[in-house]
Amino acid sequence: MLRFTIRRVIELVLVFFGVTFAIYAAVFALPGDPISSLGGDQPLSPAVVERIRELYHLNDPLWSQYLRYLGHLLTGDLGVDFRGRSVAERLATRWPVTIRLALTAWVIQVVIGVGLGLIAGLRKNTWIDRGVLILTILITSVPIFVMAVTAQLVFGVKLSLLPIAGVTDGWPLSYLLPATVLALYGLAAVARLTRGSVVDTMSSDFVRALWAKGLTRRRVVGIHVLRNSSIPVLTYLAIDLGALLGGAVVTEGIFNLPGVGQLLFQSIRVHEGPTVVGIATALILIFLLTSVVVDLLNSLLDPRIRHD
Amino acid sequence: MKDDILRFEDLTVDFTVGGTTHRAVDNVSFAVRPGEVLAVVGESGSGKSVTSLAALGLLPSNATVGGRISFGGEDVLSMSRAELTTLRGRRIAMIFQDPVGALDPVFTIGSQLIEMIRAHQPALSRGQARERAIELLRMVEIPEPESRLKYYPHQLSGGQCQRVMIAVAVACDPELLIADEPTTALDVTVQQEVLDVLLAMRSEISGAIMIITHDMGVVADVADRVVVMRKGSVVETADVHELFDRPTQPYTQALLDAVPRGGLRDDKPSGPTEGTPALSVEDLVVEYRGRRGKTVLAVDHVNLALNPGEITGLVGESGSGKSTIGKSVLGLAPITSGEVRVDGRALTTASSSVVRRTRSRIGVVFQNPAGSLNPRATIGQSIGEPLAVHRGVRGGELRGRVEELLDSVELPRGWAGRYPHELSGGQRQRVSIARAISLDPGLLIADEPTSALDVSVQATVLELLRSLQDRLHFACLFISHDLAVVDQVCDRVAVMSHGKLVEQGTREAVLRAPQDPYTIRLLAAAPVPDPREQAHRRSLRLVG
Repeated sequence: MLRFTIRRVIELVLVFFGVTFAIYAAVFALPGDPISSLGGDQPLSPAVVERIRELYHLNDPLWSQYLRYLGHLLTGDLGVDFRGRSVAERLATRWPVTIRLALTAWVIQVVIGVGLGLIAGLRKNTWIDRGVLILTILITSVPIFVMAVTAQLVFGVKLSLLPIAGVTDGWPLSYLLPATVLALYGLAAVARLTRGSVVDTMSSDFVRALWAKGLTRRRVVGIHVLRNSSIPVLTYLAIDLGALLGGAVVTEGIFNLPGVGQLLFQSIRVHEGPTVVGIATALILIFLLTSVVVDLLNSLLDPRIRHD
Repeated sequence: MKDDILRFEDLTVDFTVGGTTHRAVDNVSFAVRPGEVLAVVGESGSGKSVTSLAALGLLPSNATVGGRISFGGEDVLSMSRAELTTLRGRRIAMIFQDPVGALDPVFTIGSQLIEMIRAHQPALSRGQARERAIELLRMVEIPEPESRLKYYPHQLSGGQCQRVMIAVAVACDPELLIADEPTTALDVTVQQEVLDVLLAMRSEISGAIMIITHDMGVVADVADRVVVMRKGSVVETADVHELFDRPTQPYTQALLDAVPRGGLRDDKPSGPTEGTPALSVEDLVVEYRGRRGKTVLAVDHVNLALNPGEITGLVGESGSGKSTIGKSVLGLAPITSGEVRVDGRALTTASSSVVRRTRSRIGVVFQNPAGSLNPRATIGQSIGEPLAVHRGVRGGELRGRVEELLDSVELPRGWAGRYPHELSGGQRQRVSIARAISLDPGLLIADEPTSALDVSVQATVLELLRSLQDRLHFACLFISHDLAVVDQVCDRVAVMSHGKLVEQGTREAVLRAPQDPYTIRLLAAAPVPDPREQAHRRSLRLVG
């Protein structure tokens, strides 16, 4: 276990440096000059441009800029953007929106996705099972922006049940519609995975042996089948939560939610390098953290992994 | 009779798959009497397992059951789900073929035992149930039962898992214990221990045991009475001595005849070799690198030589390294040190073209013909492929050769266009053999070629292999766990245990007058189809 942990940590560090450097380099390789566009229609004087380039160390070689960035990062400083605003502070106002959206969407996926999958799996080859299959295929085949705009039209404009966009109504009202749209997209995968897992477990030898032991249906399904089927599903859900926390660019855009995804999109558009790298770093950390959680979860749920 | 424990009357079971109905059990009637061990014996597809599952109401939902199953006077087929729940485990317990798969992998064996006890005796406290669990584990001879409670199934061996399953089954003192192929997945020495434990339970529980098996040796070992089934019907029901001494039905007789008893091959004087051996393995070591840098010694300094034209049986239990030797000859296992020579050519030092040419002279037959034949290729293509690849045979000539090969394995020529899934297991294995001999090999490696086959099919495949060898005179390394099979086809026998070759010599020497303690133990553990001999051995074991 110790060797495994050490290897994991080394992998984490390598991935972290590799990916942050790649993104750092990619952002600065983008065509166009962010400094000259700061002035808008009025071209900046060469002296001012030079002064700003100096200030941001833009004349240094890439590796030295990256190392300086890393140095600041270790002290928790994400730096400032080209307008002098602190990247960390800008992110801090965005995260709550994204976290609320992600968690709401995730809970909807867990409740409805796992629920549908469970029912379909336990009622294999009945009309309920087929209904769930058709429903999930339908949902997956609709592009997310079509779903989003349709939801806005139906629930926001026609029925006036929920706000169409923005966060002025706070949680949960403002988040229900975008979170549901976001959740529906991943729902199908959760439902299909749960169904498959339950069907596999139900047809396994040990479940037949459990029936032969004379256990009640409640015990066989509620304890044994559920625990065994949950292993792949929970793994997927943990990874899924990580992905949701990464911000939903399209959904946040359509519903005008001031979250991380929206900020990332805007920042890329205006070549706001420091912000893009800051967000990317945070996302990498989330993914690395998620993968560790998945490993721990797996070994917790499955003794065969624990003892390896 | 009135006091029968379990009685099947005109039982029929039909399975409906995709609109078509298939009858698995047809008008089966027999009974289990109090205190007896009843063996239900038959080949695959005989309906023996389906019959036993029906007694517990455990058939899948696409099964339609007719007739009557009465247990202690009650009609099982008309029981509600709640009534079945109190019947299962409490009054009829069951153990299954794959002991590791029959235990829930994510719970400890202790919790699974305690769960069973408390499900049927809710009055017991957790502590009392735990005490009972320890007592049960002790009864099935699991060492250190207290600490073993915390073990997960994957931490135990197959034999230990089956003991745990037996403990679970007898936990509530059932009136009937049904054991469905309880030792088929186990090694022969472990099989003997598990059967001993199972029979010991007869005195622990007040009821009867119904054991389902395909193995006549196991029947002879444990049964009082025998029901022989074939294709869903009962062929014969008789007392065990009656059945083995005077079978009344031709099928029973055929089944008994098919059991390999050995000694059917003429004794060839097998002296020292003239010329180069067909295969020689010299001081072979195969190591596998395991987890955490640990290495596993699969083959430990083995020396073995095969004379041209002889069949050498390589015997051992699972994990003994017997298959690894076959693999190392084929280049499928890493040779750590030592040498493998085929026809005198050293494979480890030869150039790759020499190695390839040498290997083209080695035929191979694997255990599972379904897995070793390409399902997308016709059997004609599979048989002809080596000829096309190594000899460049094409067109009409290739077709002709494939037809000859089909003739030699006694399959109709017209079958060349069929696909593997259209063939039975035995027929598929014939195809594998035809492919293996297509290049007229000097050496044939057969790794458990008949283990996946029914005993009557096994007999015909062994017969074929032997007659082909008589005609083509290839040397054969016959890898098997089954001593009786080896006895039937081999000239020489080598015995392996834990990676080491413990004994080798002529068949007569090794199997009739074994010297090594492991060989002696192996021979004693393999059940023979003779109830008197088995009873004699059992009494010796109990005394010793």
